Amino acid sequence: MAKKIPQINASSMADISFLLLIFFLVTTSMDVNKGLVRRLPPPAPEKQEKTNVDINKRNLLVVRINSKNDVYYRDGSMEMGDLEKINSLDELRALVKEFIVNPKNKSHYPKLVTEVITSSNEKENKAFEEFGEVEYTKDHIISVQNDVDTQYQAYLDVQNELVAAYNQVREEFSLSKFGRHFKDLTDMEQKFVQKVYPQKISEAEPKNYN
Amino acid sequence: MAKIRKNDKREMPALNTSSLPDIIFMLLFFFMSVTSLKEVSYRVDIADKMPKVTELTKLEKKSLVRHIYVGKPIQQYVKQWGTDTRIQLDDQFAEVKDIGEYIINERAAMDAAAEKNPALAGQSAKLQVSIKADKETKMGIITDIKQELRRVYALKISYAATQRPLGLD
Repeated sequence: MAKKIPQINASSMADISFLLLIFFLVTTSMDVNKGLVRRLPPPAPEKQEKTNVDINKRNLLVVRINSKNDVYYRDGSMEMGDLEKINSLDELRALVKEFIVNPKNKSHYPKLVTEVITSSNEKENKAFEEFGEVEYTKDHIISVQNDVDTQYQAYLDVQNELVAAYNQVREEFSLSKFGRHFKDLTDMEQKFVQKVYPQKISEAEPKNYN
Repeated sequence: MAKIRKNDKREMPALNTSSLPDIIFMLLFFFMSVTSLKEVSYRVDIADKMPKVTELTKLEKKSLVRHIYVGKPIQQYVKQWGTDTRIQLDDQFAEVKDIGEYIINERAAMDAAAEKNPALAGQSAKLQVSIKADKETKMGIITDIKQELRRVYALKISYAATQRPLGLD
């Protein structure tokens, strides 16, 4: 009769794997890295003379947060030093949306143009041509300025509203142009929408003002 | 004729636990895949103090992201470092001027890794910096950090935040 191989006692296997499990639970973390993604402008060359970039006044919207976390804005209809107060974040979002889209073609918001979108990428250019002409505003820029004592949360609240405004504008454009939600568009269509309404938020140089 | 047996000492059959290790291993692998090793132990207090926003974007691959922590030192470091807002890089307190060097070192380390493994080539250019700051922080220090990052061309940044439920302010 063949000799039986003695069975290995595996009852402690469960304990060992429990230990491992608990070790991993303790040393790892679940948090996913999320945040508001921004691109900073490259550093200004030191020797270069300060050239005032000539931005058409109507294309610029300044959003300023002061040290008391109050939000002010200036658009094309106001003089350089003037600022208008914004009372709520909803108001800010509505303002930014109107600024980006300018549905009534107001003279102090970016000019509405109707044309075919072009791209430096040949493939994109061809695809964009097929999408035809669109009416959109060109060359807008939103400049966010803050004070030294502004609270981080207040700053991010404003940044968040800007992104939310962009997302809404793109969503509305997708619905009217393609009849679908932005997230349901193809890659090329999404690129197209992003090209029509690019996120142009300027992280301004620090300024000291009171 | 039915016989009702009383005082019958029937033993409970032993539970078959042979599949228990397998189940636990499955749990283990699940946790190993969905979690990640902690980046650092925080020396500044930002654990539950991250700002809350609604429009979040997920960051790129973890290996491309470097973190800058900004906040007040936690209790055990208060004696040595005070209660003012501080910057933490990796496991150490740092000054704003250290950030440039830190980024350059990290890029060099990524390039060195790329030499051994061609699949990683060009990664140092994609480096992304995540600023994890306490929501009470003053913008002054954040602006300083941003200026320092611009100086070393670390232009892709992200303001780390947590999700705020919609409709709440």
